Amino acid sequence: MNQPSLARAWSALLKRDVMLALRQRGQLANPLLFFVLVVALFPLGMNPDPGLLRSIGPGVIWVGALLAAMLALESMFRSDFDDGALEQMLLTPYPLPLLVLAKVTAHWLVTGVPLLLVSPLLALLLHLDGEAILILLATLALGTPLLSLIGAIGVALTVGLRRGGVLLSLLVLPLYVPVLIFAAGAVGNAAAGMAVTGQMAFLGALLALATALAPLATAAALRISLD
Amino acid sequence: MNTAAMDLSVEGLACRRAGRTLFRDVAFTLRSGEVLQIEGHNGSGKTTLLRILCGLTRPAEGRVCWAGEDIRDNYAAYATHLSYVGHHAGIKEELTPLENLAFAAALGGAGGGSPEQALQRVGLPFECEELPCRKLSAGQRRRVALARLLLVSSRLWVLDEPFTALDVAGRALVETLLREHAAQGGMAVVTSHHAVDLEGCTVQQLHLG
Repeated sequence: MNQPSLARAWSALLKRDVMLALRQRGQLANPLLFFVLVVALFPLGMNPDPGLLRSIGPGVIWVGALLAAMLALESMFRSDFDDGALEQMLLTPYPLPLLVLAKVTAHWLVTGVPLLLVSPLLALLLHLDGEAILILLATLALGTPLLSLIGAIGVALTVGLRRGGVLLSLLVLPLYVPVLIFAAGAVGNAAAGMAVTGQMAFLGALLALATALAPLATAAALRISLD
Repeated sequence: MNTAAMDLSVEGLACRRAGRTLFRDVAFTLRSGEVLQIEGHNGSGKTTLLRILCGLTRPAEGRVCWAGEDIRDNYAAYATHLSYVGHHAGIKEELTPLENLAFAAALGGAGGGSPEQALQRVGLPFECEELPCRKLSAGQRRRVALARLLLVSSRLWVLDEPFTALDVAGRALVETLLREHAAQGGMAVVTSHHAVDLEGCTVQQLHLG
């Protein structure tokens, strides 16, 4: 008998989740389309003055990304909960937090990375310059995995509830606010030609902290939800 | 490791749900080659008992021991011996039976055989192997779920209503699988409303409610 191997289980879980997401592209496109629409409607709805757009741009893009990320959260454990795959995940000999990390990584790859990829286009629409776009990408690269990690805790707590959507937003949104403040602040600073190291360091620290702690909290929450 | 000592023993198990006692003082010892059949009317706590045996649900009282050790103390060791097929078997609708089983094998540290052999054994038509599971009938999906048992080759099978949605041939197949499993020294806990024909096995009965 083959020995159970954590590395094999981890990569199989990651691969399966990405494959499932790619087979249900409609679900995948929904938050992305939402992100693009929200940001693209701002210049139409407001005074299209480049100076104004440049000053509100970082905030608009980040608020859009944050709401899109929240929209995509529900799907993280929902289908696994419904079809029993989550139970099977709990019944493996592997540490649950590490399997959770595989699921969160897969979720980020299919929901966070697309946001990252379209954001430079949207930034151009809002007249952000090259330097600000680079920093925007950097904040999204640090910030979107953070949103997935924090969100996973909320999803794990509410997955057993039939109508957990509103509760999920209330749970997760306060935790998203620091990410929004530091990230939008960094991009704003970059657009104004000021230093961004402080905010970036904060985002990096938050990401490191969340990577270490969020899977533990998520695993505990999943055990409670499935009890 | 001494295989003779690998028993599943349960002492003084009680379960309360929503302020109501579902069952109490449930105790049994399941040894190698034995099958435990759990009966009881709907809502008597059969599924909850199985979930407690798997370590998914915490019992209100009592404990579940594997090889003399509480399963909570060394869950990882217990989990390598356990296969659970519940009402929802963790079969992904969007994946084909082969993909589902390949994933189960990767997660379960498989050793039994190839996914193709397992699907053949449970009698899934060859042309179904490449279809997404949502296109299969309920009985066929059940067979895919049962194929996982053959793939992972665990010592303890915990099966919740394994006969649901299966036709006559399918039910006979499950009975054969259980008999073979017991003959090889495995053990199984099964809930069922039907009389199960397990000639040649030591069958214990447990009635809930």
